[in-house]
Amino acid sequence: MTTTANGPGTLDEVLDYDTATAAFDPVMGLEVHVELNTVTKMFCGCPTEFGAEPNTQVCPVCLGLPGALPVLNRAGLESAVRIGLALNCRIAPLCRFARKNYFYPDMPKNFQTSQYDEPIAHDGWLDVELSDGEVYRVAIERAHMEEDTGKSLHVGGSTGRIHGADYSLVDYNRAGIPLIEIVTKPLTGAGERAPEVAKAYVSSLRDLLKGLGVSDVKMEQGSLRCDVNLSLRSRQDDDQMSVPLGTRSETKNVNSLRSIERAVRYEIKRHAARLRTGQKIVQETRHWHEDTGITTSGREKSDAEDYRYFPEPDLVPMQSDPEWVDSLRATIPEPPAERRRRLRAEWGFSEAELRDLINAGAVDLVAATIEAGATPAAARKWWSGELARQAKARGVDLCDLPITCEQVVELQGMVDAGRLTDTLARQVLDGVLAEEGGPEKVAAARGLSVVSDDSALGAAVDRAIEANPAVVKKILSGKTAATGALIGAVMRDMRGKADAARVKDLVLKRLVPQEGETDL
Amino acid sequence: MSSATPPADDSRSLTRRTAAELAQMLRTRQVSSVEVVQAHLDRIHGTDPGERGVHAFLHVSADSALATAAAVDRARAAGEQLHPLAGVPVAVKDVMTTRGMPTTCGSRILDGWIPPYDATVVRNLRDARMPILGKTNMDEFAMGSSTEHSAFGPTRNPWDLDRIPGGSGGGSAAALAAFQAPLATGSDTGGSIRQPAAVTGTVGVKPTYGGVSRYGLVALASSLDQAGPCGRTVLDTALLHEVMAGHDPLDSTSLTDDVPDVVGAARNRDVAGLRIGVIRELSGDGCQPGVRARFDEATALLVEAGATLVDVECPSFTAALAAYYLILPSEASSNLAKFDAMRYGLRVRPEKVVDPTAEQVMAATRAAGFGDEVKRRIILGTYALSSGYYDAYYGSAQKVRTLIQRDFARAFENADVLVSPTAPTTAFRLGEKLEDPLAMYLNDVATIPANLAGVPAMSIPAGIADEDDLPVGFQILAPARADDRLYHVGAALETLLEVRRGGPLLDRAPEISSASVAR
Ligand SMILES: [Zn+2]
Repeated sequence: MTTTANGPGTLDEVLDYDTATAAFDPVMGLEVHVELNTVTKMFCGCPTEFGAEPNTQVCPVCLGLPGALPVLNRAGLESAVRIGLALNCRIAPLCRFARKNYFYPDMPKNFQTSQYDEPIAHDGWLDVELSDGEVYRVAIERAHMEEDTGKSLHVGGSTGRIHGADYSLVDYNRAGIPLIEIVTKPLTGAGERAPEVAKAYVSSLRDLLKGLGVSDVKMEQGSLRCDVNLSLRSRQDDDQMSVPLGTRSETKNVNSLRSIERAVRYEIKRHAARLRTGQKIVQETRHWHEDTGITTSGREKSDAEDYRYFPEPDLVPMQSDPEWVDSLRATIPEPPAERRRRLRAEWGFSEAELRDLINAGAVDLVAATIEAGATPAAARKWWSGELARQAKARGVDLCDLPITCEQVVELQGMVDAGRLTDTLARQVLDGVLAEEGGPEKVAAARGLSVVSDDSALGAAVDRAIEANPAVVKKILSGKTAATGALIGAVMRDMRGKADAARVKDLVLKRLVPQEGETDL
Repeated sequence: MSSATPPADDSRSLTRRTAAELAQMLRTRQVSSVEVVQAHLDRIHGTDPGERGVHAFLHVSADSALATAAAVDRARAAGEQLHPLAGVPVAVKDVMTTRGMPTTCGSRILDGWIPPYDATVVRNLRDARMPILGKTNMDEFAMGSSTEHSAFGPTRNPWDLDRIPGGSGGGSAAALAAFQAPLATGSDTGGSIRQPAAVTGTVGVKPTYGGVSRYGLVALASSLDQAGPCGRTVLDTALLHEVMAGHDPLDSTSLTDDVPDVVGAARNRDVAGLRIGVIRELSGDGCQPGVRARFDEATALLVEAGATLVDVECPSFTAALAAYYLILPSEASSNLAKFDAMRYGLRVRPEKVVDPTAEQVMAATRAAGFGDEVKRRIILGTYALSSGYYDAYYGSAQKVRTLIQRDFARAFENADVLVSPTAPTTAFRLGEKLEDPLAMYLNDVATIPANLAGVPAMSIPAGIADEDDLPVGFQILAPARADDRLYHVGAALETLLEVRRGGPLLDRAPEISSASVAR
């Protein structure tokens, strides 16, 4: 058992991960807040653009001035329903809001307009694929609409937190930006893979939201934020269903995919250490520290915390007309997992080949390259081969390489036409990536093309025959396999620009015209 | 009660005119808007301040009112097409936001706040180019029936300066009764327009919920609040109603229907064949004898004019008061949470705390900035919404509300309008019920059902109670979206009563002057 620092004076003990997961089964609940990318805020006409001067995107409504009233942004409702449908949820027939009452300086009205017992979407699921291809079905409890709060900036002090700050500033630009909160049901059965499942879920959710075009899903800008609820239950009891869920901790604002995995892992180790030594888990919110990889205790969350929800009287309930919902259903892109299954069949790839592409983030690029005219095999060869290597060397994502799918098709076309050898094609690619132009232009400018002119090649073949009498002797004695050595010599002589097939023809014609080429 | 001496000088006579008359005089250029506005400003100046002044106004905006008036006069001289009420001054209840003009809601916590935006109703008044005389007094955040809960001191009833003018809109009603303004706006959550109208001998209408925009109306209880017009005659009130009402895209609860033809209805005085339902639960015991007598007289007059009376039972109304005092505080506790010293209004630093936290500043500000009645209702509402109590209190109250709506629906199957006394008593004395909140709440028993059901209701003067010579209000209720029926029946009854009485009721109010208010 080891200990980690937890703020001044306190230390949290943690248990070794394998020991922890051998003894306990983690139960997770993930709450993801997604900022929608609507042009205007949820209940007023203010713009939602990120990064504006503080308090320049505000009005009486989102500042909560006395007398101001909300009006629902129809586009926000539409996004919410589409997210619900993409998550296989049921859509509530009546859309109603509720007030969540609590005092905080960055909440203009000291209540948040949210949804309570009537979320717009509920009871859905999302299949997420782990790195080895195993699929875990994440049950979705609900997805509901709410408005974002303002942002507090605590100035002075060492922690950047409200305690110890000299003063605080509040920026209300974010107040009223539409949010969708997506809450999973308690996720059980992932065992020691719980951290992986958490990461894969948020990653899949991010892809799904991106595909829907409803959010920027930029975790670093806070347009996608994740809270991790975690508790452990003993593995001792055989009948898992009868074991009550343990006390949970809620780790707030875990804002990168890597951190989600690490935070779940850390909390499992911390809970296990406490439970092992008979200590109670405190129901509390915890802060995640990216730098040290630990969580520290935040606000204690008692059951008595009471938000005094009641139906929002300033917004009339809105009917979700079934026809309208159906028309939105038609706009939902194919779910990522299904799409991958379909593509694999269409392309004729093996599980391993497709997974390589997924892990390289190359699926969309391969699809686009095929769409542009390449064969699946050629598209895969480029994106998981030379281009993947180039991206890695440059430290950029594949999709950020300065080459278009059309250029890849063009390049492959030149190879297929025998105008480029693989070696030459790689040199052309270098030129394209150096932004010298498209493949044709680079090939022309750099003088890269296969020489298939018989007189030039013939001369080179003659030189090779002359320079390699021993090889010629072998070939003439029937060891036709030795032809390769002569072809290699010609290629070197031609600096790789020779058409290998044509060279072979010429060699054979010169030395063993009586034999069929097919023997070689 | 002696009848009032007829107006002696020109400016007084201008303040005695109805809005309809002033509009006519302005249109025909018999008088300028500046003259009309100045006459009312003079009247306010002469009767409002002072130890025993009416104190209907919290803020008088003389300069901007005169500027608007002058612009109207110029426009009229230039032959521009103007709104019929252009140049007719109006007083605005201090619960509506006015750009560049203080808005306090009768509370210390908004002391000094100048809103950066106009309420839609105020916008509508400005679009009609009606000069705004100022902001009228009210119970703090519209919580009260006497205006005694204003943080800036009570308003006095022009009929008897030792009595309450009703509440929460006592300032608007008193301004009308004291001839300080020909028209005024109000807001009615449980009777705040109608009960002050009743006890000051004026007219007040709570329109159908959603008929007038709530945008910029500082919320007390969002599901009950409704802005509405106040006037001295039914026609005047209809004219103002027309200006205030209409769909507002900024208020989600705003109706999209066309505004009913209230002005046309106020000119139709034929009630023959109308079925008038007398609400048994609101018209019997508990009423002061003089109130009961004037109510019976009024219904008899309507029958004489050809209407038929129907006895109507609304059994759920007996639970209305209890439901109301759960729903209102619940919504109010949430609506009033925004007053926290962080963004606007009062900010109080707690005493004896060196480095106060935001929470401590919020608490100190709310402790110092809210009056007792407001605190009482915030505490009540916070409790009623608490988990574990929600179903028993807020949930049950909402069920009662549904029952009341059903009672109305059933009643309107047999009656075109329903009637009752507006308030069980005439104006009580200042201070009389201040220490007894429950007695104060009971004053609203007849007005509350209309708010719980969202139906429109009007109070018009029915006469004077024999026992105390004070005005009595007569309430008319109509089905939702049928506000015109109120004006139709109200105008008919107004005429019948004036014929019987030999003139407007307010002519019988004692004259007040700078001399009477000084002492
Ligand atoms: Zn805004």
